[in-house]
Amino acid sequence: MQKKDIGLGILIIVVGAIVYMRNPLFLSPINLGNTANLIGLFGLFAIGQGFVIMTGGIDLSVGSVIALLGVLFVDMVGKFGVPWPLAVAIIIGLGVLIGLAHGILITRFRLQPFVVTLCGLLIYRGIARGYTAESTAGFPFGSSYPQLEWLTIGRSFGVPHSFVAMLIVAAVMWVVLHHTVFGRHLCAVGKNEEAARFSGINTRFVTVMAYVICAVLASIAAIYFAMFTKSVQPSSHGNFYELYAIAAAVLGGCSLRGGEGSVIGIVLGAVLLQELQNLVNLLGIPSSLNFAVMGAVILLGVLADQQFAAYRTRKNTERALGLLQKP
Amino acid sequence: MSAVHGLDLRLEGVTKVYPGVVALNYVSLQIKAGEVVGLLGENGAGKSTLMKILGGLIAPTSGKIILDGQRYDAFDVKQSQQAGIAFVHQELNVFDNMDVSANIFLGRELVRGPLRLTDRKAMNKMAEPLIERVGAPFKPDTPVSTLSLAECQLLEIAKALSMNARLVIMDEPTSSLTLSETNMLLKVIADLKAQGIAVIYISHRLSEVEECVDRAVVLRDGHNVGVLERQAVTHDAMIRMMIGRELKALYTPPSVPATKPVLSVKSFTIKGKPDRTASFDVMAGEILGVAGLIGAGRTDLAEAIFGVGDKLGGDILIDGKQTEINSPADAIAAGLYLVPEDRKLAGLILEFPTLENVTMANLPAYTSRGLVSQKRQIAVAESQRSALSIKTHDVRRAANEMSGGNQQKVVLAKWLSMDPKVIIFDEPTRGIDVGAKAEIYGLMRSLADRGVGVMMISSDMEEVIGVSDRIVVMKDGLITGELPRFRFSESNVLNLAVGKVLEEA
Repeated sequence: MQKKDIGLGILIIVVGAIVYMRNPLFLSPINLGNTANLIGLFGLFAIGQGFVIMTGGIDLSVGSVIALLGVLFVDMVGKFGVPWPLAVAIIIGLGVLIGLAHGILITRFRLQPFVVTLCGLLIYRGIARGYTAESTAGFPFGSSYPQLEWLTIGRSFGVPHSFVAMLIVAAVMWVVLHHTVFGRHLCAVGKNEEAARFSGINTRFVTVMAYVICAVLASIAAIYFAMFTKSVQPSSHGNFYELYAIAAAVLGGCSLRGGEGSVIGIVLGAVLLQELQNLVNLLGIPSSLNFAVMGAVILLGVLADQQFAAYRTRKNTERALGLLQKP
Repeated sequence: MSAVHGLDLRLEGVTKVYPGVVALNYVSLQIKAGEVVGLLGENGAGKSTLMKILGGLIAPTSGKIILDGQRYDAFDVKQSQQAGIAFVHQELNVFDNMDVSANIFLGRELVRGPLRLTDRKAMNKMAEPLIERVGAPFKPDTPVSTLSLAECQLLEIAKALSMNARLVIMDEPTSSLTLSETNMLLKVIADLKAQGIAVIYISHRLSEVEECVDRAVVLRDGHNVGVLERQAVTHDAMIRMMIGRELKALYTPPSVPATKPVLSVKSFTIKGKPDRTASFDVMAGEILGVAGLIGAGRTDLAEAIFGVGDKLGGDILIDGKQTEINSPADAIAAGLYLVPEDRKLAGLILEFPTLENVTMANLPAYTSRGLVSQKRQIAVAESQRSALSIKTHDVRRAANEMSGGNQQKVVLAKWLSMDPKVIIFDEPTRGIDVGAKAEIYGLMRSLADRGVGVMMISSDMEEVIGVSDRIVVMKDGLITGELPRFRFSESNVLNLAVGKVLEEA
């Protein structure tokens, strides 16, 4: 665990303690379960976003991907009777294709990630709305898919399975980032692409893979969201979700300049965001102020982090000078 | 450690021609296992081109590379790596978001198990003896962000050793090291030599070269001017070989002798050399040349005077008056202008039309009732165009359609359209053809004759000696000496630039 992660964890506990003192419902099993479910849903794709950000890129299309793939998933399973395991496989396959498209446009055609994924945001949302002709996609009345529902919206001992799924993904991605060659190369590419290339790293492959990971996790999240909301409204489903993901990643210590970040940090970032949403509800703050609270806390968090980093650098310099002055 | 088998590398008649420039002209070099060869030459003598050829980054136009008896027309990066050639660069390529062993094994990570996870334990274990061999004080799991510059150099050498390097090429490795760190590095070089590893040592610091090399190869203007064997490697011999070319007559004396200082810089501190200060004067009506080797801090000094970046300490007097300069805007307001080293990055907005570039720094002067008058912009741009003979048929055309020399004139036009007291030129003729060079020199002289103080930073010895009225020489942020016109000589400048004290003439 990095120092940053510990700081974020402490912040989560402090905020939680304050909310609990003002409203003990915060720690009620129902509230905890619901919040955990949201953390799971948002955490899933925030992790993917974090990987892209670590390469120095950004993926703005996440929310639209969740809407488009959500619509397709609901229609496949509900309308066309595609067996759900096959539908899941198709959706994830589409995620791979979207990620490949982003990655290749960015690496081969040298377009900027912001531009490519901004276009993605518009295109996928547009397709979702055009395909459904603006009508809400939903499962037929009375239909039921017990196994799929168990996997997505089920609970074990009160723990929502979306949260479990997110933990599993986080564990896998933690290993990938910190313990695989790919993970090391990802950090190298994000820090200094030129030097990484001169170290014999296939920087294009690494970058493309980051976008594939991001889109695949978004496609899995799309299935979870579709099952959670039961119906998908193509013009509003998933709106602004990419920004939640970016916020979680930044709170979790990812630098938009690339090269820095941790999976634990991103998950904690997602936890803090949902805790803040919950805080707004429980403390009776008008929900219209939701975004304002979130923005203010992120700003303060990033500001504090910057100050700590500057402090650490100063300490290091002093240490180095101290070594020099010794005879 | 596995024994590396001996290296025998020869370059024969290597020539590299770029459009318009011969960077290397029939250069030969030979190095064997356990030898330390110094590679010397002034800025632009062809050292880096030669190194790039060895690293496989560029292919020679002609000539051959003979490695262990095998002949190559050109190397690629992979062949170079396989041959065991490793570089320790002046600008470090370490990743400070990782630890030491991750840096050493980057791109060649050890993996274990069916999941092919990185095997940190094994990498740390393998890194340990490497770190020991270079005598570094850090551990395999030390984060690189906590290492000093010297320690990063050692890390790079350890990385080279891990690739079974047989030849380590060090390019100015000591340029940012302290004295004790330098001594430590020289010790490491001696150790490498004892281990049978060959080293090519590129440095401007002649005393280090004198201390550690078996042989010194000197390049000048892309030519091999000679080889000095161990006992012949002395300061004087090296300098004699590095210079020794006839200087063309460029100099035109000032029409009126310079008398009073227009710019006085007092105990100025620059970035990266907090314990050094520089003081000097620029007289009204003179061209002051600022010489020194790359990395001496001349550009940092010019930028600090011009108010770029944070001010670290020191005073500036313009016309004898204390002037606070905290930003380029302050400098411009005081009549102090900079023609920057990187014309394309800092001097011009290339995509903008000439007229915008000329008027950019003084736009408020072209407004009436808050609106910019293009008519007035064009009028001024046109008058500058004819005064400086800028070759463009339309000042509304973008600056990137012009040649380098004409672009440089546009940068000049920007300042001349205002009221200069002092103009600092940083490498004013880099990448400019001979004809345009002469024009720029002429412009500098006419500026000086109008009473402007001209300060010219240049790494081109011919230019410094040929154009200046007076020269100050810098080394590591310090002014190491000042030469009046009658004491101008390449050897005097070079001796001061490497930090040697001149005998009084």
